[in-house]
Amino acid sequence: MSEADSQRLSAWTEAELGVEGRVLDVVRAPDPVLATAGEPIDPTLPDWVQLAADLVATMRVSPGCVGLAAQQVGVAAQIFCVDVSDHPKTRTHHGTFVLCNAEVVEASRNERAREGCMSVPDFTGDVKRATRLVVTGQLPGTGEQVTVATDAFEARALLHEMDHCAGYLFIDRVAGAHAIHPRQTYL
Amino acid sequence: MSTPRQYAVTVLGHDRPGIIAEATEGLAGLGLNIEDSTMTLLRGHFAMMLLCSVEGSHGRVAPSEIEHALTGLTVAGDLDVSVRPVTDEPSPASASSSWVLTVHGGDRPGIVSAVAGQVAAAGGNITDLTTRLSGDLYLLVAELDLPADADAAAVEAAIKETAQQVGVTATLRAVEADDL
Repeated sequence: MSEADSQRLSAWTEAELGVEGRVLDVVRAPDPVLATAGEPIDPTLPDWVQLAADLVATMRVSPGCVGLAAQQVGVAAQIFCVDVSDHPKTRTHHGTFVLCNAEVVEASRNERAREGCMSVPDFTGDVKRATRLVVTGQLPGTGEQVTVATDAFEARALLHEMDHCAGYLFIDRVAGAHAIHPRQTYL
Repeated sequence: MSTPRQYAVTVLGHDRPGIIAEATEGLAGLGLNIEDSTMTLLRGHFAMMLLCSVEGSHGRVAPSEIEHALTGLTVAGDLDVSVRPVTDEPSPASASSSWVLTVHGGDRPGIVSAVAGQVAAAGGNITDLTTRLSGDLYLLVAELDLPADADAAAVEAAIKETAQQVGVTATLRAVEADDL
């Protein structure tokens, strides 16, 4: 983890990818791709650079969406985007970025909060996740390895997306039988 | 036989505002004390079960009296009320571990029975269960206790295999209780 990595991630925008992102359809449970663990990818390959751009483009046009993983557009692979910069629960954030082959380095200070997901649109659920998090992963295109520390809502978003990449949904992590709720409002 | 001192009151049917207020008013009027209760909407249907006990000198309430006190709920014909006496259940010894099981996938008959069968085969006891159907997504979340000597990894493997056979995925996680 370094300040340089943090600044690198904050400075990253999808313009670096050099390709136009396409808006893709978001798949919904029970599509089996959502329960499929993603393979590690070579982030420098053009197909994954295109998918990185597509994920960001799809996230941008989806109201309330703060992250999107490859599984959610029908591809079982370890790549996702996040952008929690406009969310009220955010403290630390790094703007828009895409990570490939991300792994948790350190996670602590679990807290429970209610989550939703575009791929499970009719439910929300109470999920306990770390609020202090160090994650390492690669940037699409260059393949640079970055290790960043974050907290609060960005930590939750990263863990939620990394779960997608491992074939898990938030409903796999809900705290109990009364921790699933029919969604009241749709964004 | 002495008059039972504890009753299970079940109210099922068409939801509308005021059912709980009306039901509990009738129970309170008979001096019944509500102990554990649960209420939810099942695909929009009102579903409530209350365990009520008779306190002190009111110990002579008959089930028919309770049903009579709740007749206001049933006059419209869209709510069923049943009352039945129950005896105290001893609390089981707590030599067990607690788990949360999530199962989800495409809806089809037999998911719950397949998974619950594996839990039962392991000597596990389901203590709370919620299932929801939304579109084609079937979702089950169960809380369960496994015997202290159970091999949780083997139980999870058996559940996952069974789940796969009925086209759903299963996740078993230990309950984290934070004692403060």
